Amino acid sequence: MNASMYDILLIGAGVTGCAVARVLSRYEGRIAVLEKGEDVAVGASKANSGIVHAGFDAHTGTKKAYYNVKGAGMYPQLAAELGVPYQNNGSLVLGFTDEDLETLKELKTQGEANGVEGLSLLDKQQVLDMEPMVNPAVTGALLAATAGIVSPYEMTIALAYHAAQNGVEFVFDAPVESIDYKDGIFTVTAGGKQYQARAVINCAGVHSGHVRGMLSAEKVAIVPRRGEYYLLDHTVKCPFTHTMFQCPGKMGKGVLVTPTAHGNVLLGPSAEEIPDGDDTVTTREGLDFVLEKCRLTWPGVNTRGAITAFSGNRAHCTDGDFHVGAVPGASEGAFEATGVESPGLTAAPAIGEELGNMAAAYLKLPMKNDYQPAVPLNKAFFAMTDEERADACRRDPLYGNLICRCEQVTEAEIRDALRRPVPARSLDGVKRRTRAGMGRCQGGFCSPRVVEIICEETGMDPLEVTKCGGESYLLTGTLKKEG
Amino acid sequence: MMNEIVVDVLVIGAGPAGLAAAIAAKKEGVSNLVVLEREDAPGGILRQCIHNGFGLHRFKEELTGPEYAQKDIDTAMEMGIDIRTGTTVLSVDGDKRVTCVSKARGFEVYRAGAVVLAMGCRERPRGALGTPGSRCAGIYSAGTAQKYVNLMGYMPGREVVILGSGDIGLIMARRMTLQGAKVKACVELMPYSSGLNRNIVQCLNDYDIPLYLSHTVVDIEGRERLTGVTVARVDENRMPIPGTEIHFDCDTLLLSVGLIPENELTQQCGVQMCAATSGAVVDDTLETSVPGVFACGNVLHVHDLVDFVSEESFKAGRAAARYAMGRTAKTQKTVAVQDGAGVRGVVPQKIAMTDEMQVNLMFRPANVYENKYITLYADGRAVHSVKKRILTPGEMVNLPLADAVCRQLWDANVLTVAVTDTKEA
Repeated sequence: MNASMYDILLIGAGVTGCAVARVLSRYEGRIAVLEKGEDVAVGASKANSGIVHAGFDAHTGTKKAYYNVKGAGMYPQLAAELGVPYQNNGSLVLGFTDEDLETLKELKTQGEANGVEGLSLLDKQQVLDMEPMVNPAVTGALLAATAGIVSPYEMTIALAYHAAQNGVEFVFDAPVESIDYKDGIFTVTAGGKQYQARAVINCAGVHSGHVRGMLSAEKVAIVPRRGEYYLLDHTVKCPFTHTMFQCPGKMGKGVLVTPTAHGNVLLGPSAEEIPDGDDTVTTREGLDFVLEKCRLTWPGVNTRGAITAFSGNRAHCTDGDFHVGAVPGASEGAFEATGVESPGLTAAPAIGEELGNMAAAYLKLPMKNDYQPAVPLNKAFFAMTDEERADACRRDPLYGNLICRCEQVTEAEIRDALRRPVPARSLDGVKRRTRAGMGRCQGGFCSPRVVEIICEETGMDPLEVTKCGGESYLLTGTLKKEG
Repeated sequence: MMNEIVVDVLVIGAGPAGLAAAIAAKKEGVSNLVVLEREDAPGGILRQCIHNGFGLHRFKEELTGPEYAQKDIDTAMEMGIDIRTGTTVLSVDGDKRVTCVSKARGFEVYRAGAVVLAMGCRERPRGALGTPGSRCAGIYSAGTAQKYVNLMGYMPGREVVILGSGDIGLIMARRMTLQGAKVKACVELMPYSSGLNRNIVQCLNDYDIPLYLSHTVVDIEGRERLTGVTVARVDENRMPIPGTEIHFDCDTLLLSVGLIPENELTQQCGVQMCAATSGAVVDDTLETSVPGVFACGNVLHVHDLVDFVSEESFKAGRAAARYAMGRTAKTQKTVAVQDGAGVRGVVPQKIAMTDEMQVNLMFRPANVYENKYITLYADGRAVHSVKKRILTPGEMVNLPLADAVCRQLWDANVLTVAVTDTKEA
């Protein structure tokens, strides 16, 4: 067999691609994920609200509604199996006007038609009893008991770990340049190299429309929608236990205030259509919009505890729905999950299950006999009890060496992130896996030390270490030779 | 239940503050004293401050940071002080139960008679400023850049813009220039520098680095590594003025936009905090609102000069030792000290009236003033007034009170420090 010959090539290592890859790893076959970035979860999967949506937003009968509700139901068990931080905290959609209350009723009806359980309408007093810090102008709310919060990049990483543990290959810095099809074989040129396979699966997120164009004359238009956020430190006590939405608008589910799975407070997102899906700058206007909108939910909101602002681009399809399945108008063996914008994080496990099994069935891949259960993510030192910390230090003394003060990340955890089956290769890769540098000093203290550990583990020179791959080098040279 | 290691005095941090506190506590007669330090060596941030200018007040000579620290480290070693490096404190509670971890000893629990908090401060990062733009590589706080250059031997960039005019930023402007980098601008939001005047002269002026006062960075560009920043003038409300933008091509943005006392542990143990200093509220013995818990150095309030950190910390160490040994002077009453006009962040915030009281009030002027007076009022009555030719927020003011002044404070309920136009007392 040719070295670059695969059974299946997945394009894109976001949460959708990794979820599909994990399902495919149950089957015999050679499978690779081609990723444009330097790591998994470097697009929208790392920069979103981290919400497991209950599933009442999407119109009944759409793929969005179907995969949302199915995915949400898979989360509690999947997160536990993979060791991913997840909480079923429930969500509220707040109403402030009579019109809003009508919208809430419609959302409840729509949710029930979608198969969402645990929806109920609350009156003003019930909302205030449940969330006393909410704007007292609230007039009612829709409670969704099944909604949750999850760490989106850790979910993606854990899915990738499990897939790689079962033999899926990950190829980074491999943007797909062209796809040719001949005699049942797809030839994918990515990052200047050629890869061949009997099936391809397009999970390219904000670039999925572009990849679709390489597979089929039937194009879909993906318009990047930028969402900007503020993240507050976990020393700022989140005023709410639920994820607090406002009534949805034309551009999405509106601005939310939510605790994150790590106990921070997240404010956002804005929604702005932009031409370039890789452009993740923040803007004064976007951030001011977020703050202004959040004030309706949380009148006391301020950015004193802000540790960072960021943005991510949703892959909005102009027809408003996900496209999951065989690619229309393409050769046999081309599959896709395109236009997967919000609630894509929630939907990913369900898309992964169906699309993965569909592709495996197409190739008639047999199930593996030696499929390995997931090695769950380690419990973070930060989250351990004193007894657990004492045990961890006895097991591995490197748990005793704290590298990141703000998030209490230890040397043991950082080295683990560099040794896993899909290892971190950059400062941000370590950050997403361990939270080192994710706290209030934003890596001011720990980043030089993390650079040293990356070099020790990978054999890189410090001058080769990047923040996030590509040309994002941290250091530009050594000191002048004195004397 | 875990074993507890019982000590008389536990000092958290072996930077200049912790070292001074430990030395003073030991001198006071405490035998069972432990210092916990998270880095692998004592000395704190001084280890990376290889420029000189330290120790002029205390040692009457110009030392580098490591030289200054070494003097205290040597003293501590001679006194047999137990400094446990590589040890990070995880929690402190109001009962002075302290948990920590180290590679050498694993997870430990200490129970202390008195605790001295000497954790220092950290730099305000970009995220706290809310500056929009890219989140690319090439944006560093000045102290992080200093660590790369001075401790690791690497240059973080070639063409540099510095946002903020704090002392570390100014020092790094010179350091990177001497290493061949081009520092294109130092941009300060306020109409005055937040650094020491001597650093403006010696680090910017001497190298022809322009200082843009009343300017800020409004955009950060570069997808992977920084490629440029846009700077704009700000109005009196510190809002950027459209049309005043200046663009700089650069690969590095250093931030020197303020230091924040690292008080997460302090807050955990329930200490009352001061909004003006972001440190604990303390009395003139540096004791916090939690009995037996003391704070000193940059964790209490950000100093300009390490000499005064040491001086303050000697006091804290002495007081902690006395507390642990049950020899605290009897307090007759406590008087609050308030910020008056033109004054920010007076420390101490209260004075415990004892027969042994020694009071030095420290604070920052709220603005730049010339030929003014610093006046201390006791219940509105001026009791002390000294002339100052120049007052600026970048330079902390020391106001030591003579015994004669202290005696006038006994009957007072509230003391106020203010900047005044005339001599009031």
